[in-house]
Amino acid sequence: MGKEKKGVRLDHISKIYQDPKTGKDFYAVQDTTLDIEPGTFVTLLGPSGCGKTTTLRMIAGFESPDEGEIYLGQEAINALTPNKRDTAMVFQSYALLPHYNVYDNVAYGLKIRKLPKAEIRRKVTDILKLVELEGMESRMTNQLSGGQQQRVALARALVLEPGVLLFDEPLSNLDAKLRVTMRTEIRKIQQKVGITAVYVTHDQSEAMSISDKIIIMSKGKVEQVGTPQEVYYRPNSRFVADFIGEANFLDTKVEKVFDDKAQITISGQTMTVNNYIGVKEGEAASLVLRPEAVALSDQGQLPCEVILSTFMGSYQYYHARIGDVIVQITDYNPVNKKIYAVGDKASLAFDTNGVYILP
Amino acid sequence: MAKSQNARLERQKFYSDPILVSMIVVLIVFLSLFILYPLLMLLIDSIYTEGKVTLDVFRRVLSLDRFKRAFTNTLVLGFIVGIASTLIGLLFAYVEVYVKVRTKILEKLFAVVSMLPVVSPPFVLSLSMIMLFGRSGLITRTLLHIYDSNVYGLKGIAIVQTLTFFPVCYLMIKGLLKNIDPSLEEATRDMGATRWKVFTSVTLPLLIPGLGNAFLVTFIESVADFANPMMIGGSYDTLATTIYLQVTGAFDSTGAAAMSVVLLSLTVILFLIQKYYLEQKTAATLTGKASRARMLITDVSVTRPLTIFCIIIAAFVILMYIMVPFGALFTLWGRNYSLSLKWFQYMFKTSGLRAFRDSIVLSLIAAPITALLSMVIAYLVVKRKFKAKGFIEFVSMLAMAVPGTVLGIGYIRGYANGLFRTGIMQGLYGTGLILIIVFVVRSLPTGTRSGISALRQIDKSIEESAYDMGANSLKVFTSVTLPLIKDSFFSGLVTAFVRSITAISAVILLVTPQYLLITTQINEQAEKGNYGVACAYATVLIVITYGLVLIMNGLIRIFGTSRKTKISE
Repeated sequence: MGKEKKGVRLDHISKIYQDPKTGKDFYAVQDTTLDIEPGTFVTLLGPSGCGKTTTLRMIAGFESPDEGEIYLGQEAINALTPNKRDTAMVFQSYALLPHYNVYDNVAYGLKIRKLPKAEIRRKVTDILKLVELEGMESRMTNQLSGGQQQRVALARALVLEPGVLLFDEPLSNLDAKLRVTMRTEIRKIQQKVGITAVYVTHDQSEAMSISDKIIIMSKGKVEQVGTPQEVYYRPNSRFVADFIGEANFLDTKVEKVFDDKAQITISGQTMTVNNYIGVKEGEAASLVLRPEAVALSDQGQLPCEVILSTFMGSYQYYHARIGDVIVQITDYNPVNKKIYAVGDKASLAFDTNGVYILP
Repeated sequence: MAKSQNARLERQKFYSDPILVSMIVVLIVFLSLFILYPLLMLLIDSIYTEGKVTLDVFRRVLSLDRFKRAFTNTLVLGFIVGIASTLIGLLFAYVEVYVKVRTKILEKLFAVVSMLPVVSPPFVLSLSMIMLFGRSGLITRTLLHIYDSNVYGLKGIAIVQTLTFFPVCYLMIKGLLKNIDPSLEEATRDMGATRWKVFTSVTLPLLIPGLGNAFLVTFIESVADFANPMMIGGSYDTLATTIYLQVTGAFDSTGAAAMSVVLLSLTVILFLIQKYYLEQKTAATLTGKASRARMLITDVSVTRPLTIFCIIIAAFVILMYIMVPFGALFTLWGRNYSLSLKWFQYMFKTSGLRAFRDSIVLSLIAAPITALLSMVIAYLVVKRKFKAKGFIEFVSMLAMAVPGTVLGIGYIRGYANGLFRTGIMQGLYGTGLILIIVFVVRSLPTGTRSGISALRQIDKSIEESAYDMGANSLKVFTSVTLPLIKDSFFSGLVTAFVRSITAISAVILLVTPQYLLITTQINEQAEKGNYGVACAYATVLIVITYGLVLIMNGLIRIFGTSRKTKISE
């Protein structure tokens, strides 16, 4: 088991499952090609059933791809069983061995590798210190809190110094507060150790806060790969824009294109917005407005009618109607701002440099 | 879509695990040789004579009056016992789950009654039935002065089988009743239904598939039962006893083979209906867990008659068991009721010690093999994916539907002259090894079933995590799976031992004078009318098995991972 960081490469991977109800085959993962660089923290993000866990389980070796080849470092690993792969996984249910104490759980993989006893002791002690579980060696796993169990699961994987660390929705069984603490901790430990990590989640804020890169998947296909900022500010499809954060879509038509900008007409108003995807002249497009990038104003660009107005503490939440589209607006720090009531006529105000169109 | 690469990779991964592969091969060979092959030989024997396929044997057997009578008798008996056991089982379960019982004693009584038939040899109730109600019965003759009482025949078998099998129904139905959400019944009560209306419109309809399931299980048990009809049947022959007599009396083993095929088809068809139709349906209607504790019925007009009825039946069962040691202690049943140890002395002076030694040694060898095999099968079935999985699961469950007598005849036809009469493996026949194999095969389905249900409770990812950390299949099985189901393993061990040491239907056809078994001794002595000796054997046997189960439960309570594990039926 090397301490060398390894990258993971998926080369045109497909996985076919049979629908148990209809008996028809479908692609759980379809023609996916990915290149995960050594030492990076990469998240597979998508709604349930998008193929993210299947992809992870193929890397771990629990499932075999129907097409394509998986590489760990330079090595093609398709035919290797999970126990022969240089990967270690942190499971959603932690999957701690209930009949062992903390020490034996963490030492399990080392014992299988037949390391000398003293070395096992040293490594286990070091790693338990890293995850802040010193002194808990002899606890049984059912005497631990959820967060502590999570740390044991992490320690157990880390101690093997695998080429790649795999996480299968590891925080979904924790309460909201602990989830936030643990994700910061996981990120910190990953950076300290410098290990390659592939992380599966359906929680976008988790993905944003933890990753170097996010891979957004939908219906078995990769929709976009990018840093958290890229996928948030420059989504390349309606799906990504809608899935990451909140987004309002207003129908429009492209009048003119220059460089990565486009001139559009909407509700009789002409404006120039970003067009990095390259929608062509004359084509229909959607203007994407993030709720926090829009405000209600008396002199905004697009006239609208307020149909919902709710005080949420840190922000005022509105629904405003333009034609038959309802736009969500979150106006942060509403103190001393004008609060619009239901039925008020107003208009949407936004910075045209910060908004963009998508096909 | 091309799924060939997946198949190829899975195959590659599979073969890179030689221990797993060899284990599966061993299992397939074992199951084929000792379950499928003997049954296949029966079929071959009954349709293939003198080099050609013919239905002559069937035609001959089917025209035998003896066979026709036995066939009708078997079905009639099965129906009566199935219905009676299900009803009594339902009543017991209902009282336990729904009725407020004031005494702790009744709860104990229920526990004992449901345990006794499991640990006792199959024909003990027949024995005490004869001693209580027979021609020189304690109740009929000594108390009531009836001198021509006839307990033999349909009514004798029906009573004895019902008392033997209803605890199984009771346990099955109890499990179902506990799964009914009390708020369903409370809702209907709230809408104005009477208690009886709630029972008929909510409880009963939800239970129907489960009751059907219990009925079929008992029906199969009754049809396959050999020991009771043999002992108390008198002239009322069933298929199982007729087959036995066809071999041992008429020396017509091809005829017996054809009859076995009929009996086997009957039980297998019922088994398939039960397993693949009713069990699914039961699971589908009763999936919910009770959300809250049930308000127990305290109304005396309901509780009193129900509890009294249950107490009478339970007391009767216990009385019958108490009769067994007394049967061994009384000087001469029916005439001289002074106590003496002469039957025990007689037993130990004759073949007693040898019978106990042989029975115990053979069962001690069979039990660990059975327990381990069944856990391995359960592991493979629940946790692994491979091609032959369906075969292994089906065949090991099929063994449950094979009556002991049929299996015995199958072994005679299949191994007396070696594999396919070629002389290969002929050395097996008549040895202790074949008895051990029969013990294993007869207990395998029970063990496998309890192993499967234990393993289903364990999150799949626990084993996956061990596998992921580098353990191979053997290591995963020994370091994770087995420790997690050790309760189930140990209770499987004891169950296998108890079932082996009390087995008779198959072994009675295969045992040679070289080995003496307790059960065959009891049968022999009872046939001769030596009830004192038969009771002495039975007493010691019950003490051994009941003692073991008690020790087992005690150990599990102290060291076990989960609470008390009941011995599986």
